[in-house]
Amino acid sequence: MSLTQGVELAAGDRSGEAAGGLYRDALRRLRRSPTAIVGATLVLLFVFVAVFAPLLAPYSPTAVDLTDIRPGVFPGPSAEHPLGLDQLGRDELSRIIYGARYSLLIGVVSLSLGASVGLALGLIAGAFGGWVDSLVMRGVDIMLAVPSLLLAIGVAALLGPRLISVMIAIAVVNVPIFARLLRGSMLAQRRSDYALAARSLGVTRSRIVLQHVFPNSLAPVIVQGTLALATAIIEAAGLAFLGLGSPDPAIPEWGRMLAETNAFLASAPLLALWPGLAIVLSVMGFYLLGEALREALDPKLRR
Amino acid sequence: MTGPAADSLTTASPREAVPGEARAEPLLKIRDLTVTFSSRGRATVRAVDGVNLDVAAGSTVGIVGESGSGKSVTSLAAMGLLGRRGVEVSGSVDFDGSDLLHMPEQELRAVRGREIAMIFQDPMSSLNPVLTVGRQITEILVRHRGLSGREARDRAAELLNSVGIGDSLRRLKSFPHQLSGGMRQRVMIAMALACAPRLLIADEPTTALDVTISAQILELLRRLVVDTQTALVLITHDLGVVAGLCDTVHVMYSGRIVESAPRRPLFADPRHPYTTGLLASVPRLDAPRSVPLLPIPGSPSDTLPWARGCAFSPRCTRQVDACLGAPPVLEPLEPSSHLLRCVNPVPPEKSLG
Amino acid sequence: MLKFAVRRLLLLVPILLGLSILVFLFVRALPGGPETALLGERLTPERAAAVRAAYGLDRPVYEQYVSYMGKVAKLDFGVSIQSQRPVSEEIGRRFPATVELATFAILFAILVGIPLGFVAGRRPNSWLDNFSTVGSLIGIAIPVFALGFLLKYVFAVKLGWLPGTGRQDVRITTEHPTGFFVLDGLLTGDLPAAWDAVKHLILPAIALGTIPLAIITRITRAAVLETSNEDFVRTAEAKGMTRQIVTRRHILRNALLPVVTIIGLQTGLLLSGAILTETVFAFGGMGSFMADALFSRDFPVIQGGILFLAVVFVVVNLLVDISYGFIDPRVRTS
Repeated sequence: MSLTQGVELAAGDRSGEAAGGLYRDALRRLRRSPTAIVGATLVLLFVFVAVFAPLLAPYSPTAVDLTDIRPGVFPGPSAEHPLGLDQLGRDELSRIIYGARYSLLIGVVSLSLGASVGLALGLIAGAFGGWVDSLVMRGVDIMLAVPSLLLAIGVAALLGPRLISVMIAIAVVNVPIFARLLRGSMLAQRRSDYALAARSLGVTRSRIVLQHVFPNSLAPVIVQGTLALATAIIEAAGLAFLGLGSPDPAIPEWGRMLAETNAFLASAPLLALWPGLAIVLSVMGFYLLGEALREALDPKLRR
Repeated sequence: MTGPAADSLTTASPREAVPGEARAEPLLKIRDLTVTFSSRGRATVRAVDGVNLDVAAGSTVGIVGESGSGKSVTSLAAMGLLGRRGVEVSGSVDFDGSDLLHMPEQELRAVRGREIAMIFQDPMSSLNPVLTVGRQITEILVRHRGLSGREARDRAAELLNSVGIGDSLRRLKSFPHQLSGGMRQRVMIAMALACAPRLLIADEPTTALDVTISAQILELLRRLVVDTQTALVLITHDLGVVAGLCDTVHVMYSGRIVESAPRRPLFADPRHPYTTGLLASVPRLDAPRSVPLLPIPGSPSDTLPWARGCAFSPRCTRQVDACLGAPPVLEPLEPSSHLLRCVNPVPPEKSLG
Repeated sequence: MLKFAVRRLLLLVPILLGLSILVFLFVRALPGGPETALLGERLTPERAAAVRAAYGLDRPVYEQYVSYMGKVAKLDFGVSIQSQRPVSEEIGRRFPATVELATFAILFAILVGIPLGFVAGRRPNSWLDNFSTVGSLIGIAIPVFALGFLLKYVFAVKLGWLPGTGRQDVRITTEHPTGFFVLDGLLTGDLPAAWDAVKHLILPAIALGTIPLAIITRITRAAVLETSNEDFVRTAEAKGMTRQIVTRRHILRNALLPVVTIIGLQTGLLLSGAILTETVFAFGGMGSFMADALFSRDFPVIQGGILFLAVVFVVVNLLVDISYGFIDPRVRTS
């Protein structure tokens, strides 16, 4: 999980304050941050392409144009096909555009699945503490002790080669990360002065946790969520490369499109470039946005 | 230097009286020091605005003001410690005949720590957490005195002894986090005095410490300064700290000196409403119980640009029409060692204290 | 410090027990057991039952688990279905390759990343800073296998400067006493063999090391920027220390603390990346070995390999934490 590491470092010292103020402040700072603007632009472009793929794509991603196709010859960019045709004579641009849908779908589904399970575990551990905390956290330790891609491969192997397996596999990788993040953040919040003050005023524990500690602990989770979307795209590509994606070759999935080009890299290097570029730009967008969010939500930098 | 038109609304006039001006050539002579901070997307801030200041050898000078008054920035600018980005420093800082502001960096680094030393507010963050205090003291001796290994260590132990840290050879091996706050500030003082500097600048040296510890630290500073004939510039927001220590006191507000006098006249006969406000807001053990503490209304951010009148006027209880329009000038009173920048000063008999 | 290490090692016991149970159940839940892997086309119910009996899979799961753990305690992980050789032997053969690859990758990341991040942090917004920012962004965003292909295509296929597959030229028949090919070459005095192994490592190590490189660069830059504004750096300047001492002794030493943490966290990431890198470069290490085992349902290898990797992972993290204590006195003495 390459993109997650700074988050927990930053999560340790969130001081207690009205959560609303924190987020309002963050939004104000985001608008001034060039990192946020570039990241958000890339992300919006990606989401726009994914949502409106049928309107934007000139052809169907599965339609085959065999007029110029001969074995070993890949027609490059032309007026009809701006990015050329792939090895089976399909319009590369349309496949890239439709590919955004699958990347977004995989990212969103795996994030919501993984984050909701992870956050529930983290909330339980952080709210109850004691042996519940120990139990949950040992489980998290166990999951984290397995290299994430191996874990994903295992889950995908267990569930068989289907698109949903990839989503669940990446979701499983996200579970321990979110659980540990929220729990650590809540622990820091519970020890904070304002939680102590609330307790001394006689506010009940469940009220403190749900109304104060939990909302204030969410900042690093939001950052992690953004970064998890970036990671999902990369991991989906890795799984596709290992042959664990959807079995249907018609599905224009960027990771597989890129992996498949390995066989004819020498004759059509551009066919590797397009999906590679699509992956790099969309990952970069989520990553930049996540970085900007982390900076904007860091109370140490508030002014 | 220039005509009245340029004698101007933005910087203090060079013809203004110089606070603490000494008859003999002073050790430190600050003239027309101006510091502006600018950062992208924000208005530039003039933190120090044409400050003139003399410090005679061996004397003790206090600079007093609230946070944001420019007192710390003055000292950092004089030492060239403000960094380069977004900072503009002008004027001159003459130390024993050479201008620190225009000195080549190499030379300035040789002056810092050897001729002029500094002590900062928070001894925890001001000490390097991953080096032993011994290393942090000896590195100065190695750098400026050319001592090596054993000599440096022995000298460092002596220094720790002289600032009241016992068992000093063992203490040299401690890390900052293993010492108490008072001890850490003693270490800072030992570091500052390592090369017997001629000038010591102490920037809020006791603000981060407990009251009892801070009294000890002040007493230590006073004794060392007297013993070693070091000139001391003491920067603080606490007039109580100044009262026991300084020969001369300068009161700063919004980047300019507003009142400046030897210690006795300043406390006995403060004339600037800001000074009387500071004095009235300090609790005093010797005051009758019926005298209430009077906070200065407003906050240090309620200022007027000096160009449009007295910066303190928005918070001033004695504000009159003459306060607005043009900046007041720093002028000598009787006796001439007492300078004041105010058009409607507190009358002598009404002063507190 | 010793107490800390012992406590951490004890904490490892429940993690490994839990993990072993989970892996054990996981392997038995995999669709298509070892009979599919072994028999393939020749699969009949009778033959399948025979295979399952031969591997003890017909007994109750808890019985299987107890007898398995009894063997594991004696470091017997069973026999690989694919190769019919002991799993421990197979791991012993592949693990050095991955360690070698990961070591070169992390060395590459550290040796390039820390200086680059340092210079970028000292001169923010300089051309070098912008270059390193954009470069590390691309490094983070590019899939490991795609970078592997690119490197292989340019430097092995097109330019022919470096080998693109394997660990050593097949014509080299030197002894391998340790399994670390570079080390073996040096130990047996066969320097050309060692150099050949190094050449085989360069491209995979760059592919695998690029993400850690990008992360180390960014963390170093941020840490240097932050440390430069610390009060103690101002103190060092006020003490008249030379620029060099201020930078090295005061800024760099403190800025390296978060960098060390990040380097430690890269271990798990390296093992993930190794699966892809080893596949691209046919490198024959643990990563591709484990991926293959999962595909072929080689359950003794899956069980033993995951347990082994988990131990490695936890031990490496422990070592990083201990080394952290040596750099940061606040951790050491509290």
